[in-house]
Amino acid sequence: MSAPLLTIEDVAVELPTPRGNLRAVDHVDLSLEAGRTLGIVGESGCGKTMLSRAVLQLLPKKAKLTGRVMFDGEDLVRLDAERLRHLRGRDLAVVFQDPMTSLNPVLTIGTQLMETIQEHLELDAPAARKRSIELLAAVGIPAPEQRLAQYPHQCSGGMRQRIAIAIALSCEPKLLIADEPTTALDVTIQAQILDLLAREQRRRHMAMIIITHDLGVVAGRADEVAVMYAGRVVERAPTQALFKRMHMPYTEALLAAIPKLETAPHTPLPAISGRPPDPTRPLKGCSFAPRCRYAAGRCHEAKPELKGAEMPGHLYACFHPIQMAEEVGA
Amino acid sequence: MLTFVVRRLLAILPVLLAVSLLTFLIASLLPGDLAYVILGDQATPENVAALRHDMGLDQPLWWRYLSWLGHVLQGDLGRSFRTGQTVLQAVAERFPVSLQLMLMAEFIGLLIGVPVAIACAARAGGAFDRFMTGSAFAMLSMPSFLVAILLIYLFAVELRWLPATGYVPFTEAPLGNLRFFVLPALTLALAEWPGIMRVLRSDMIATLQEDYIALAKAKGLKPARILFVHALKPSSLTLVTVTGINIGRLLGGTLIVESIFALPGIGRLLVGAIYTRDLVILQGVVLLVACGFVIVNFIVDMLYAVLDPRIRHGHA
Repeated sequence: MSAPLLTIEDVAVELPTPRGNLRAVDHVDLSLEAGRTLGIVGESGCGKTMLSRAVLQLLPKKAKLTGRVMFDGEDLVRLDAERLRHLRGRDLAVVFQDPMTSLNPVLTIGTQLMETIQEHLELDAPAARKRSIELLAAVGIPAPEQRLAQYPHQCSGGMRQRIAIAIALSCEPKLLIADEPTTALDVTIQAQILDLLAREQRRRHMAMIIITHDLGVVAGRADEVAVMYAGRVVERAPTQALFKRMHMPYTEALLAAIPKLETAPHTPLPAISGRPPDPTRPLKGCSFAPRCRYAAGRCHEAKPELKGAEMPGHLYACFHPIQMAEEVGA
Repeated sequence: MLTFVVRRLLAILPVLLAVSLLTFLIASLLPGDLAYVILGDQATPENVAALRHDMGLDQPLWWRYLSWLGHVLQGDLGRSFRTGQTVLQAVAERFPVSLQLMLMAEFIGLLIGVPVAIACAARAGGAFDRFMTGSAFAMLSMPSFLVAILLIYLFAVELRWLPATGYVPFTEAPLGNLRFFVLPALTLALAEWPGIMRVLRSDMIATLQEDYIALAKAKGLKPARILFVHALKPSSLTLVTVTGINIGRLLGGTLIVESIFALPGIGRLLVGAIYTRDLVILQGVVLLVACGFVIVNFIVDMLYAVLDPRIRHGHA
């Protein structure tokens, strides 16, 4: 096993709000090796996006970040702005959730592609242009040459996300962070975009973090999955192990909440009742306890640590883990 | 793009017509008979009646409007009954002065306002931002005659760097001409930059929250490129509007500043016309100024399309 490309060590993010400090990310440890895919799953507000912004060092100015983010031997948290700028876009790339807002509306697609290439690679304008055309072709954009002179509003949503992916891939990054890359897209386009990401990842041997609220997205595509809840990683396992035998009741509930084609029409969706806890008022016990059907006395008194199960690499934070595999409809 | 231009051009026709009607009504409905003004208080009723007939003042209002409009469309805005000068001559004489004043004031205003706005937005809430926002507010609350007097006191009386009043045409003495314009232009600019700064600052702050700015940072672009290429252009629509309105306003000259600094511009022409009840000049100048305003705003609309491709392609 080689040294990991990315190690997130004890990362916590706090945001000051009028109602007190909001703990968006609560002491998270994760690691990712080159060429591998990590899926981060959780519902809205669980801190998955804040965690990705912490890795990219794109947190809001007021946010307080502690811990270390080791990327390729350097701690991104303590890196000076100029060195960080050289890493971003070249070794560390990102695809945001909404391609409608992540491309600049007043700059042509060509400009937005070529500026990244010319910033990081020693290419003149014609060479950067040629590379841009190749990239657009690689992400499946027809007539890429004409596209360069167009503006984002002249392309469909799926097309724009392909362009955003082309920008992210433009300098052969070592790590690509895809933050809900398909959430804003039509269902029919989602699979295409995910397949495109997976294909380019294999071809370029880059590491990838897919952030999503949909366990289905990571099921076939991630090597490892981390489930987040209320700012913490509550279960982490190799993907196959997780779907075979999940231990954390939250993971189970998240999986049950995915609509299934074989379910009869008008069956109520087993949604997770209640709301995530108020992040400005942390609970003493397990954050999921108020919504958990297995919760017992101890769950409300102390926080369960993330610890190993019988399977290597499978960690979970629960006092009453689910043991019966047959209860899980994976 | 061509249909966009034609559509906007057609839209300003009714505006121009309304402008002409309002201008005409302002001049015609002012109390006091023009014939008495011209003939003085010694006039006999017969003389007055004869002059009213000659000038068409005995005709109904709508007829007078249509015949005036007919003349205007042929380029004849009338002639001052005091100086014998046509409106076009009088305006042609004064307009370059007001135009130069406007251009210099707007240029200085933008020169101060835009960089300050960008610097404030880049570190919103910081010490520089708070200081500049406060200064802008103080500047906005100072009337221009006060600023003018303070500037005259400082630069003309105490330091003796610049003349307080006067004017020479640029063609006769370029440098001397500029020296005369510095203080009046600065007076206007000190009132202009706070508005420029405030709209651009708040638009920039909003733009800097956008996803595409986060992506620009994630792409590792230089901070200057993010500010000037990615953020400034989409933030400048309101700035263009404000600048257009300012230019339109200043095109009509500035009564107070031109009077204080004794610049022979449109503003002083208007003041003179009002004092002497020279209604033909008044009516003609107001019409021309209003048309200028409409045209400037048309140009502003065109600039939107240049700045934002979505407007150009009819998406917005």
